[in-house]
Amino acid sequence: MTVGTPLPHDAAALHVTGQARYVDDLPVPANCLHLAFGLSTIARGKITGLDVSAVSAADGVVAVLTEKDLPFENDVSPSVHDEPLLATGTVHYVGQPIFLVVAQSHLAARKAARLATIEYAEETPIVTIDQALAANSRFEDGPIVWSKGDAADAIKNAANRVQGSMEIGAQEHFYLEGQVALARPQEGGDMLVHSSSQHPTEIQHKVAHALGCPMHAVRVEIRRMGGGFGGKESQGNALAVGCAIAARQTGRPCKMRYDRDDDMTITGKRHDFRIDYDVGFDKNGRVSGIEFTQYARCGWALDLSIPVADRAMLHADNAYDLPAATITSHRLKTNTQSATAYRGFGGPQGMVGIERVMDHIAHNLGLDPLEVRRTNFYRDMTETPPTPAQTTPYHMEVEDFELNAMVRELAASSDYQNRRKRIAEWNAGNEVLKKGIALTPVKFGISFTLTHLNQAGALVHVYQDGSIQMNHGGTEMGQGLFQKVAQVAAHSFGVDTKLVKITATDTAKVPNTSATAASSGSDLNGMAVKAACDTIRERISDFLMEYYQADDVRFEGGQVHIGDKVIRFEEAAILAYENRISLSATGFYKTPKIEWNRVTGRGRPFYYFAYGAAVTECVIDTLTGENRILRTDILHDAGASLNPALDIGQIEGGFVQGAGWLTTEELVWDASGRLRTHAPSTYKIPACSDRPDIFNVALWDGKNREDTIYRSKAVGEPPFMLGISAHAALSDAVAACGAAYPNLNAPATAETILHAVTAVRS
Amino acid sequence: MTKVSLSLNGKPVSGKVEGRTLLADFLREGQGLTGTHIGCDTSQCGACLVHVNGDLVKSCTMFALEAEGCEVTTIEGVAAGDGTLSGIQDAFREHHGLQCGFCTPGMVMSTAELLKINPKPSEADIRDHLEGNICRCTGYHNIIKAIMAASGQDVSGIAAE
Repeated sequence: MTVGTPLPHDAAALHVTGQARYVDDLPVPANCLHLAFGLSTIARGKITGLDVSAVSAADGVVAVLTEKDLPFENDVSPSVHDEPLLATGTVHYVGQPIFLVVAQSHLAARKAARLATIEYAEETPIVTIDQALAANSRFEDGPIVWSKGDAADAIKNAANRVQGSMEIGAQEHFYLEGQVALARPQEGGDMLVHSSSQHPTEIQHKVAHALGCPMHAVRVEIRRMGGGFGGKESQGNALAVGCAIAARQTGRPCKMRYDRDDDMTITGKRHDFRIDYDVGFDKNGRVSGIEFTQYARCGWALDLSIPVADRAMLHADNAYDLPAATITSHRLKTNTQSATAYRGFGGPQGMVGIERVMDHIAHNLGLDPLEVRRTNFYRDMTETPPTPAQTTPYHMEVEDFELNAMVRELAASSDYQNRRKRIAEWNAGNEVLKKGIALTPVKFGISFTLTHLNQAGALVHVYQDGSIQMNHGGTEMGQGLFQKVAQVAAHSFGVDTKLVKITATDTAKVPNTSATAASSGSDLNGMAVKAACDTIRERISDFLMEYYQADDVRFEGGQVHIGDKVIRFEEAAILAYENRISLSATGFYKTPKIEWNRVTGRGRPFYYFAYGAAVTECVIDTLTGENRILRTDILHDAGASLNPALDIGQIEGGFVQGAGWLTTEELVWDASGRLRTHAPSTYKIPACSDRPDIFNVALWDGKNREDTIYRSKAVGEPPFMLGISAHAALSDAVAACGAAYPNLNAPATAETILHAVTAVRS
Repeated sequence: MTKVSLSLNGKPVSGKVEGRTLLADFLREGQGLTGTHIGCDTSQCGACLVHVNGDLVKSCTMFALEAEGCEVTTIEGVAAGDGTLSGIQDAFREHHGLQCGFCTPGMVMSTAELLKINPKPSEADIRDHLEGNICRCTGYHNIIKAIMAASGQDVSGIAAE
């Protein structure tokens, strides 16, 4: 039994000894060249003069490419071809690549990239949400509106009403391994690309277009990334395409690695949002109608902003049954990095909006926010479904809700009620320090909202010595996907995972894959691998039953039981081989039940929901705004976990990253559109001491109601949003300082908290 | 180009470097020891930590020439010659003190220094000591657990799995 076992990460021994290879660690031929982009120094304008002669003349420079030197398509966009690899006469943000330096060393390329003379006809950049609205600078023709019922009417007729607005900051991925790619020219014009990418098929597709060749001439391989978090879904395209073009032109291997400053300056981040709300509710806080207006700052190119902004709308309800809701979404175009995928993919922003509303309602009525949350929860699914059916604002029936029970258990295990009382008493006796506590839930929809992406393939071989090699379209970025799927494969053959060789993701082995994103990795690839293993196992079984004239075959404990006969798995493999049984198979999976119309905002975009809840206690210093997370308790639903240790790791890491987004991680652009926080010196991700002093994490004892891989649930993104509890707890602490509602924006940096404390006191 | 000679993981090595070549680059490109990672290029993330004459050093801010005559130990020199993991390495593996693994070599090198000066560190000691090591994946929980375990302390109270 390997499924459900808390095995270590598949490469743990390689990681602790430094043997695990990332792209920049791969041995390269001595003639390898190194690349760097020359970047725009202004946010918006026309290039009136570009002189790269000094770049070309610099030590070690082999070639300098501008858009005119590109042989075929000049585009690295994952969506609508609006993202040239190298600028075409106009620039749209500070950091946009304008030319490409090919040099003998990484340092030579970077130094030379600073030597160009670029003249611009500068235009006034659009940097902020307000500037974009004033200029009507947006993607799509106008705002997207989805609704259920008549929210305006419900609000008008409600006993109580609050309105508000919240700013929610962006977030840098800060994958520890920066973006990197390596292209190696092959015979006949083929190209082998190693790319630190969550989406090898996309890299293959973009490189093929850039080289003017079919996809079959490009092979992309990636064994692992040093973190991805969504930042390597589309942002690796530019490096891979640049390397491939330079490799084609020079006939030599080409490598490109962004230094951290370049990485933060060039690549997209989480979308920052403003969310306005208007809500009507009764005396218990039960919402009757709500209107949200979400403003997403998308940056200069479309990238993945449409599905991100859609997912923000799809999570505007979070865990709450909203009888009438209207959600309006503006996708604003600005002269900043093109905002991109980031763990949660818009879901966190939408969820922060409704959690803010719950807090605001509770404050307005003088109730415990947890009671208001519970009052508005969807009903738990029991043996008999709730009647009438409960639906989301996008008209999907919620069939698997279980947060009422989960929150009951978490509130009890964390002693929420007593601690809340004790905190109130403590606050009454402390002028300078104030504590706060909050319990927030997560309901996160699982599936790509672009339905056709919900498919996966796998390739499994059993060798004649009984060893197994497994390949699938998912990529490993630290989340433990490879180990979880290897456990599925080992389980299928009843063998130890040591017999299963995990191989690098490779577009030559499994084609047409989707990005490892949307938390879908284990769900999709686990099923595809299981399908391939089942095919081989059935072939072996059929053969053995005939060979031994038996009626049943069982694979267990490294052995194969055929009727009364027991042989080792290795013996079964060689026997099957010698009897000409195919021991190689592909597997394929597509998620059932889903259908979605984003134009009408109706359908079932998600196969199921993953749930979780967190209680966080914080303390703030009202004189400085400094703050600490004192304790966090989490109860999270990973279904019947494939590997509880790896899943708990995702939960812990997700919470800390989510809390970082809403507390210390502040991205600051100045009025000229320049990102001022482009290194860890100025951009503060959580450090070891920022982790809660007390951190209790438990898995909910449940299993997926839907027929997922061994009834497990996706766990990559959902726990990120448990971090909202930290922000809500800080808001609770600020609320203890005065009568007014804190209106605490995010990130709640010390400065923001101090500002809010001052505001509630006056 | 100047010649630099030093002891690397117990073996004498030498190579020609520019004056500005960083120790991290010398190790990775000159010696092929790619377990020393470059995460931030600016001495803040700790992925490039090595030991120089027994002291913990961020190799992206030390010139290779400064290591002339020094004893340098990298992550590749931590396990026993036969590949047996050190106690710290084994604890990080066993207690899931890693996810993407990119920060792990630096974490292991940093922990070795901590346990040398403080064989039974408290959780607070560990937090303090790791202030120069960034991990984006784990939330640090299992890293602390691994270090407590590596120092022979009871970790049964530190959450599940």
